[in-house]
Amino acid sequence: MGGPEVERLIALLAKLPGLGPRSARRAALKLLTEPETRLRPLAAALTAAVGAVRTCRVCGNLDSQDPCAICADPDRDGAVICVVEGVGELWALDRAGVHRGRYHVLGGVLSPLAGIGPEDLHLAPLLARVEAGGVREVILALGATVDGASTAHWLADRLRPLGVSVTRLGQGVPIGGALDVLDDGTLAAALRGRRSA
Amino acid sequence: MDWDAPAIVLDARPFGEGDAIATVMTEAHGAHRGLARGGSARGHAAVWQPGNLVQVRWVARLADQLGSFSAELVHPAAALAMDEPLVLAMLTAACAVAAGALPEREAHPRVFQGLVALIAHLAEGAALLPDLVRWEAAVLTDLGYGLALDACAVTGATTGLAFVSPRTGRAVTAAGAATWKARLLPLPAFMAPAFMAENAPPPLAACRDGLALTGHFLARDAFGLHNKPLPPARQMLYDRVAALALSESPPDAG
Repeated sequence: MGGPEVERLIALLAKLPGLGPRSARRAALKLLTEPETRLRPLAAALTAAVGAVRTCRVCGNLDSQDPCAICADPDRDGAVICVVEGVGELWALDRAGVHRGRYHVLGGVLSPLAGIGPEDLHLAPLLARVEAGGVREVILALGATVDGASTAHWLADRLRPLGVSVTRLGQGVPIGGALDVLDDGTLAAALRGRRSA
Repeated sequence: MDWDAPAIVLDARPFGEGDAIATVMTEAHGAHRGLARGGSARGHAAVWQPGNLVQVRWVARLADQLGSFSAELVHPAAALAMDEPLVLAMLTAACAVAAGALPEREAHPRVFQGLVALIAHLAEGAALLPDLVRWEAAVLTDLGYGLALDACAVTGATTGLAFVSPRTGRAVTAAGAATWKARLLPLPAFMAPAFMAENAPPPLAACRDGLALTGHFLARDAFGLHNKPLPPARQMLYDRVAALALSESPPDAG
């Protein structure tokens, strides 16, 4: 169609989340038809990211500095650590701007059914951070799934003896959500987690 | 080819960006896999949580194809279990045992009905552990590895059974066990055929012994013969119950 370089570009784009072969072709075409405004800046950004971005040795975030900007920020409350499954969840929470503490990325969740154990995740560094002292609260911001809940219970069992407060995110009706379209599980969780008005 | 039946979700693993390969169990079709479209996407992931009771429809062009599932949630057992560590461990252990031990597409109605009953009474928590152990024994029996717990293998006595041979799966009394006690598995009273349910649930130590008993035979016969270890979820349940049993009756000082 356009030579092996174009085919390779389309094939690589098609492997990205949210893109299939068809949308990858459209993206490649857009890049190739506007090389100065799209393709070259993108190529330069990718090259720079490859050289600069690394995993934070403290929390597991991705950043061009190590420790990352969040871990190095002196204005953040180091006594509160929010535990998340992946970097995507960390970015989502930080975008909301409501958590002014630090984070810890597990790199997944325990899955007793799929055989993913504690040794497969970034759990030991979290326990080491808490054991090192200075931590008052650990917020378990994990998904409302069987695996997420299993991971939260596993962590809570090991964090409580260290003398920190262990909390987790609330579950229930989303903002803008109508009760009649919620699934039974969410409704049950919302009812269980009710509070005085 | 298609069928429609009440089912229990045993497992759902992400496949591609938003789909999942789900394993469900039905009364007539046993453990059955299929592609759940959107099963790991935000809209449908809640339905495909292990332990949920669903009304599932399976469709395939040929009987031996993987086929695809569509499902409607009937009872959100997973969501109801998530707050309680022990209940969640029981649910995931039961699902993992059923998903790993039972052959695919082979009906085991007694196992299915037992699992439905367990899920329906999950709120009872630790009081349900004896039923879970008995259900695991029923799984072994259905697979052809049933335990012989009705009479002592040595004396023939039908009362006072206290141990089980880890080799033969036959019960023995304390007198029959004699000097071999250390090599035998303790048999909790609630496992005996003549056991009548009492008001007070058995102690957690007895439940731990029951889990160790069925766990030994599940590991050796149901999983070991297929070169598979006991599922991590089942091991995590045992560890949790053992820890609770320890805190229930701390060892004597000195």
